[in-house]
Amino acid sequence: MRVLYLALRRLAASLPTLFVVLAGLFLLLQLAPGDTVDALVAQMGGGDAVMIEELRRFYGLDVSVPVQLGRYVWRLLQLDLGYSAIYGKPVSTVILERLPATLLLMGSALSFAFAGGMALGVVAARKVNRWPDTLISTLGLIFYATPSFWFGLMGIVIFAVNLGWLPAGGLEEIGAGHSGLRRLVDIGWHLLLPTLTLALIFLATYLRIMRASMLEVLNLDFVRTARAKGLSPGRVVRRHVMRNALLPMVTLVGLQAGTMLGGSIVVESVFALPGLGRLAYESVVQRDLNTLLGIVFVSALLVIAVNFIVDLLYARLDPRIVT
Amino acid sequence: MSAILSLEGLTVSLPPGADRSFALEDVSLALRPNEILCVVGESGSGKSMMAGAILGLLPDDVYATAGKVVLEGENLLAFSDEALQKIRGARIGMIFQEPMTALNPLLTIGDQIAEMFETHTDLGAGIIRDRVLDLLRDVHIPDPEAARRAYPHELSGGQRQRAMIAMALALEPRLLIADEPTTALDVTTQAQILKLIRELQQRKGTAVLFITHDFGVVAEIADRVAVMQKGRLVEEGLADDVLNHPQHSYTRALIAAVPPLLPPPAQQTGSDIILRIEHVSKTYRKGGLLARSRRVTHAVNDVTLSLPRGGTLGIVGESGSGKSTLARCMVRLLDPDKGSIWLGDTDLATLSRKDMRAATQRIQMVYQDPFASLNPRRRAGELVAQGPIIHGESRALAQARVKELFALVGLDPDSTERFPHEFSGGQRQRIGLARALALNPEVLVADEPVSALDVSVQAQVLRLLADLRSRLGLSMIFITHDLRVAAQICDRIAVMKDGAVVEEGLTADVFTAPRHPYTRALLASVPGRDWIPPVSPDVLTGHGAAAAPVPDPINISRR
Repeated sequence: MRVLYLALRRLAASLPTLFVVLAGLFLLLQLAPGDTVDALVAQMGGGDAVMIEELRRFYGLDVSVPVQLGRYVWRLLQLDLGYSAIYGKPVSTVILERLPATLLLMGSALSFAFAGGMALGVVAARKVNRWPDTLISTLGLIFYATPSFWFGLMGIVIFAVNLGWLPAGGLEEIGAGHSGLRRLVDIGWHLLLPTLTLALIFLATYLRIMRASMLEVLNLDFVRTARAKGLSPGRVVRRHVMRNALLPMVTLVGLQAGTMLGGSIVVESVFALPGLGRLAYESVVQRDLNTLLGIVFVSALLVIAVNFIVDLLYARLDPRIVT
Repeated sequence: MSAILSLEGLTVSLPPGADRSFALEDVSLALRPNEILCVVGESGSGKSMMAGAILGLLPDDVYATAGKVVLEGENLLAFSDEALQKIRGARIGMIFQEPMTALNPLLTIGDQIAEMFETHTDLGAGIIRDRVLDLLRDVHIPDPEAARRAYPHELSGGQRQRAMIAMALALEPRLLIADEPTTALDVTTQAQILKLIRELQQRKGTAVLFITHDFGVVAEIADRVAVMQKGRLVEEGLADDVLNHPQHSYTRALIAAVPPLLPPPAQQTGSDIILRIEHVSKTYRKGGLLARSRRVTHAVNDVTLSLPRGGTLGIVGESGSGKSTLARCMVRLLDPDKGSIWLGDTDLATLSRKDMRAATQRIQMVYQDPFASLNPRRRAGELVAQGPIIHGESRALAQARVKELFALVGLDPDSTERFPHEFSGGQRQRIGLARALALNPEVLVADEPVSALDVSVQAQVLRLLADLRSRLGLSMIFITHDLRVAAQICDRIAVMKDGAVVEEGLTADVFTAPRHPYTRALLASVPGRDWIPPVSPDVLTGHGAAAAPVPDPINISRR
């Protein structure tokens, strides 16, 4: 009950954020020269002024900016994301086609970074200032300092081109017609490199946070109490240290959800994955305002959802959180 | 009767670079069944290291290098880590100082006590639950069922310490080590916990190694006493002998520094009132979206007090009684909601921020924690000079005055260029005092100025305060939870409870004929109240055994 109340309050607080983000982006894009109709006409190879006028009226671009914004928000309230002139389909359909790839990539990268960062952080903290700690910390620094696109490119060069072990891009083998389990394995196989590429930089962050907070918690009084109770070192770490040390990590996951979404744009481009990130890039080039706003809306919802889950998790983990 | 635990020539070495090479040096002690042995010493005397050495829980780089720790015939120092784990908790129980931090905040009390059984026995979950409830009942926690399911932060400090004791005694160990178990508690709670330890110890015949710095607690609970100084055992014997006929000079100095509970004859103060607090109230509100989650705390509730010129008014009370909030209101670190604070003819409560900044010259504050209240990145001299410079004194003049002030509070005037961490706790409190005095205040508000200090240092600082008060004609508000300290330095005492003053009067009257039941309860809770330290410390005049010379303040400039 306490947790639910807290979560709902957080949720309510994020609604204004959503509105500000959308309105801001809408106005910002008005500053860019050209609109959807310009892009369409350029694709068609030109057209006469009457037709351009007709198209503008058809897509509702003939009225002033505030009216356009008002209409957009009104449609949004009815959960209608509008119609994409470029793709010729409703924006929601376009986004739903691309969403699974991004969710899959983000989900697997986040899980991998979290689990890996936690495990390595624990090992580093338990062997602090000895060789495993030095090795892990150095690796972490390398992961952190290397741009992810470079990692991706090198991964393709080594594992896909030279060794031929992994596919170079795409979400699955096109035209192979796999189904069921076989298809899942194929997708997983294709996602291996992109996941690693996206996850490593986050893994490095989580590792460092986990290591630091483990070291801090290890020095607290209740750890001494646990040892004085006769618990084995492993049990002290598992039962008393880790859960306390996880709290800052969990916070960080929520904060970084947005960054991760941004990072996935680069990775999707490098590995030619049909995800939201690439869609966003294409929509900007084509001045497809409706699609772009739709993507921003969905991304914002994603980030809010992740933070919502993190809040719930945090309140579960820490009984001291009060409303 | 043979000893349960004996230390034989135990030596524990510190890593190179520490301020001495041994944490414990050739310590031999024996603890018999059904006996409470108090190990007393100041901070750094190695008394906590002793507990660590017995349990095999010394910090990294600190090792027992010689001697034996014999528990019921077995030398624990020869044990492997795994073998020691079986002994910890099962045969040696341990209670720590901070009930706030010694329990895992994320696990329920019940789970943490149950862990003892899960680790050392094969009992089933149902039996463990019943045993946990029995234990909580044994330590007299109200509503044991609720306490079992509560998280540590949902219990008060005293209840947490009860839970801690329940945990330590879960497997009925023959030996219980208690490391300052009551130091962080209020005096009434402390009395209850001491009684509880006594009761359980007698019922189960446990031997208790009780580590403390407080001679009052020793007088209250000890059968035998061991006095530690810098890692060495300097005196050991029956409680009565050590407390009333100390042999070693260090023991004598320590006991001399303990303020007796008897107030000295009151000094004459005029009828001229310098600070008058009238109907001051301060409430804290905790807002919430819903009305039911809103909370209003009356931290200070309609308090009226007056401080005679040249006098010292003590405000005593337990944590949460509002005494610190009141002090902060006096110097307007907090704005009181209601009431007036008359300093001479000025009502501080109604001054604007700007006027108050000017008025701060007349009323200054000394804080409790000498470690946290000084900016670690500033030099000691700068910290003291800051006040006068802000109030318009030239830098050169201010710095010259800093040297005088350092001499006045008994610090080396050449140490102004040092950083706070290069000073000891007592010296830091002197810096805090110099900072407050730099503005030549008429009134000094001291909020627990000696609570964080060792007893011998505490006596020195108290003597310094008393001396400065008489030489500089200061008037002082002295806030403390320690009735022994209050008895020594205060002319008048106000007792606070739940934000209100329940009793106010001359110190001697309050101590000898308390009118309010709460005052009586407080006085009855002072540990070792029946024990009168044999060497009179004579804190106020400085002629006692441990008196240190206080520098002559002749050249202090008063504007």
